Amino acid sequence: MTDIKPAGITANGALKLTAKDFKSDQEVRWCPGCGDYAILAAVQGFLPELGIPREKIVFISGIGCSSRFPYYLSTYGMHSIHGRAPAIATGLAASRPDLSVWVITGDGDALSIGGNHLIHALRRNVNLKILLFNNRIYGLTKGQYSPTSEPGKITKSTPMGSLDEPFRPLSLALGAEAGFVARTIDSDRQHLTSVLRAAAQHQGTALVEIYQNCNIFNDGAFEVLKDPATRDAALLRLEHGQPYRLAPDGEAIVHDVTDPDPTRAFALSRLTEPTPIGVLRAVARPAYDRQLNAQLEQAVTERGEGDLAALLSGSDTWMVR
Amino acid sequence: MTSRVEETGSTFDESHDPESEPANGGKRVRRLDRVVIRFAGDSGDGMQLTGDRFTSETAGFGNDLSTLPNFPAEIRAPAGTLPGVSSFQLHFADHDILTPGDAPDVLVAMNPAALKANLADLPRGAEIIVNTDEFTKRALAKVGWQADPLDDGTLGEYRVHPVALTTLTVEALKETSLARKDAERAKNMFALGLLSWMYHRPTEGTETFLRAKFAKRPEIAEANVLAFRAGWNYGETTESFAVSYEVAPAARAFAPGRYRNISGNLALAYGLIAASKQSELPLFLGSYPITPASDILHELSKHKNFGVRTFQAEDEIAGIGAALGAAFGGALGVTTTSGPGIALKSETIGLAVSLELPLLVVDIQRGGPSTGLPTKTEQADLLQAMFGRNGEAPVPIVAPASPGECFTMALEAARIALAYRTPVFLLSDGYLANGSEPWRVPEVSELPDLRVAFATEPNAPDGSGGFWPYLRDPETLARPWAVPGTPGLEHRIGGIEKQDGTGNISYDPANHDHMVRTRQAKVDGVSVPELAVDDPGGDARLLVLGWGSTFGPIAAGVRRARAAGGKVAQAHLRYLNPFPPNLGEVLRRYDKVLVPEMNLGQLAMLLRARYLVDARSFTQVSGMPFKAAQLAAVISEALDD
Repeated sequence: MTDIKPAGITANGALKLTAKDFKSDQEVRWCPGCGDYAILAAVQGFLPELGIPREKIVFISGIGCSSRFPYYLSTYGMHSIHGRAPAIATGLAASRPDLSVWVITGDGDALSIGGNHLIHALRRNVNLKILLFNNRIYGLTKGQYSPTSEPGKITKSTPMGSLDEPFRPLSLALGAEAGFVARTIDSDRQHLTSVLRAAAQHQGTALVEIYQNCNIFNDGAFEVLKDPATRDAALLRLEHGQPYRLAPDGEAIVHDVTDPDPTRAFALSRLTEPTPIGVLRAVARPAYDRQLNAQLEQAVTERGEGDLAALLSGSDTWMVR
Repeated sequence: MTSRVEETGSTFDESHDPESEPANGGKRVRRLDRVVIRFAGDSGDGMQLTGDRFTSETAGFGNDLSTLPNFPAEIRAPAGTLPGVSSFQLHFADHDILTPGDAPDVLVAMNPAALKANLADLPRGAEIIVNTDEFTKRALAKVGWQADPLDDGTLGEYRVHPVALTTLTVEALKETSLARKDAERAKNMFALGLLSWMYHRPTEGTETFLRAKFAKRPEIAEANVLAFRAGWNYGETTESFAVSYEVAPAARAFAPGRYRNISGNLALAYGLIAASKQSELPLFLGSYPITPASDILHELSKHKNFGVRTFQAEDEIAGIGAALGAAFGGALGVTTTSGPGIALKSETIGLAVSLELPLLVVDIQRGGPSTGLPTKTEQADLLQAMFGRNGEAPVPIVAPASPGECFTMALEAARIALAYRTPVFLLSDGYLANGSEPWRVPEVSELPDLRVAFATEPNAPDGSGGFWPYLRDPETLARPWAVPGTPGLEHRIGGIEKQDGTGNISYDPANHDHMVRTRQAKVDGVSVPELAVDDPGGDARLLVLGWGSTFGPIAAGVRRARAAGGKVAQAHLRYLNPFPPNLGEVLRRYDKVLVPEMNLGQLAMLLRARYLVDARSFTQVSGMPFKAAQLAAVISEALDD
């Protein structure tokens, strides 16, 4: 974990928000027991820490169970269309660099119908924080396999087992030149919060994969990572500057999230036993929105503010009297 | 081309009226009232540039003009083949004209393919200037000519000027350091020089242009200037060109003012920048490259000092998505595309309808379906714009009638989008996009005030101090636009049906019915100007009604029909949704309504459905604009019926 202070906390502490301030007046309508509740609580608990006033925060989502998320927050929000949240958020973040823009998406939304927008947002490095709720199933359409479902998955649309190889979201993100890539788990509030903090600090696009339990259509998908009896062996907890071992007797490697070479992060993203959680990569790269707005400033510096009359006339006119 | 129906009082017809005059010296000068020239060559011969330069010279001289570039979708089709022929047609006159001309009076053919591809369009007696250097056996065989048409009588009914354009160009450049191959490339400038001499065009502009264009390679700039001058001098000295022509400036065609030549896409880009200035909102363009719309992206990306943000997205969907996201944040959001792109953007347009945010959707129509004819014109996206979404998703539609009007209608689209918080379609097409005409440069003070007030205060009528994002303006039915960053107005919007007023998710049947009807009523209530009808005698029984880029050919056809004694009224729709408030009344005034369209009758279908009027379609979907003569004939037929 990088040790940069969270952005935006005012020195005089004038802004004192609590989790309650981020709860909207809307009734939460996820299934009882859904992992989304825990994530919502963690996000509401974390947002005051940002030190950013509510009106400067925007949550944009696509379609799916997780995409109802913005309705339950008292920030600005948009529940958009399937897969397109990164594109919509890109336009907002690029034109309003003063805002803190978050994308809420799921495995179907981000990796299937919206795969193209996700990879391009990552390579472009717009200042977006993308929270990908991965439950390895389509919940809102009542239980079809998703692009992260394990091969052979028996679902309503795959009664004899699914045939396609799943995506590994973090490998995909690293392949798409993502600067910030992390993984966490819905039920581990402390860890989830620490990852959110690191993502918020990152300038540019941050992808956070959150393992999320769908207790209706894919219950227990991550149980081995959560059960106190198995989780210590099943998880590889990554911390910046701390050593980790890929096997109990393996070589100790000091985890460096700032390593410009993504090779190690990619290797970690392939690993399933144990499953790494934490920040895999946090490499500073110029953010698209900052560069875009710098070009606008540069154009004004070089050519002056645009003069509409001069533009319309151009250089080649004639008079009719 | 002036395009207001009310201004068609010119007594000039679009037919020839040449007068001959003796001239000083050895060469005669003939005065013409109008000329149509077509430059044709290989895609790589620089015909579009040549045409553009001749157009600029002509505009600067003060003629009225209209242009028609016509080129293949392939960037460099195999050299010397028929599919690789690129052409540029220019019609210029001493009076007000409306179209790029039905048929060329002069064809400049840079090779046998260019001659063969265009020969059928030439009327008897047309002049042909051919580059004889390219008429080799091999080149002739490539286009299926066994014998040389220059010798075998094929061109007997034309006035042919054989010119060794390549040889003469290379000869003119022999003192330069250029390799022969590079020297040959300047032959289009030689041809331009020759034509400039023939038609007494001013030349300084082209020389200045060439020096600026090749500023980084001065040797190329000078070679092109040399070739251009050599072409001019060749005309002046050679005996094969005994006559030159004068087409006087079109003094009476233009209202007083400052003019420039402008293409539709350029006018549209300027209109968007003007809309941004006039609304005091930053312009955000989200776009994906597509013919024939990309020039707008290119143009806008040059004007970052106007606060214009251009975003070349990963696909069409992201282009409009980003524009909508920017609109949520308080920008003037725009996406530009062509028909295939609209198909991909449909879902996001529906979201914009549901979110009730301002958004401009610019469709530069081209031949369809599917990839269709990327570089050719068509107006077959009207029903897609009107209905191409799931659910009841009404969207206002405007359509410019000429290249210059693309500026005005961009401002109009922005006015509607901002005032009513709705996506708005602007339907242009390939003909308007690439065609050009003289345009009176408007004073900034003439432009409309498009400023909008963002919501700044809680508005909940229940006294809760909260903010209701769907509490409507009773006049326009527009909802408040509260942009992120405004304290106290935090709210959530989305594509799910919401309760009117509060904006909370609502599955209530009565509310949904109310919302569907309210969104429709909002669009139906958009204020648009009344339709003007041009009916000089006031006693016509036939109305010719068009929309979009067919204005010029229709008006030219109407003029011809009137010159032949026909009583015919003309009206042209710039507002397709909602229609002008008096349209029904106008339609009922006439016994017959004729609707020419470059589709299979899409406007006619809407008129029949809406007004129960027996509108007759005349349709053509060839990828080319209507011709004046063709429409004159159709109008005469309708009159005789």
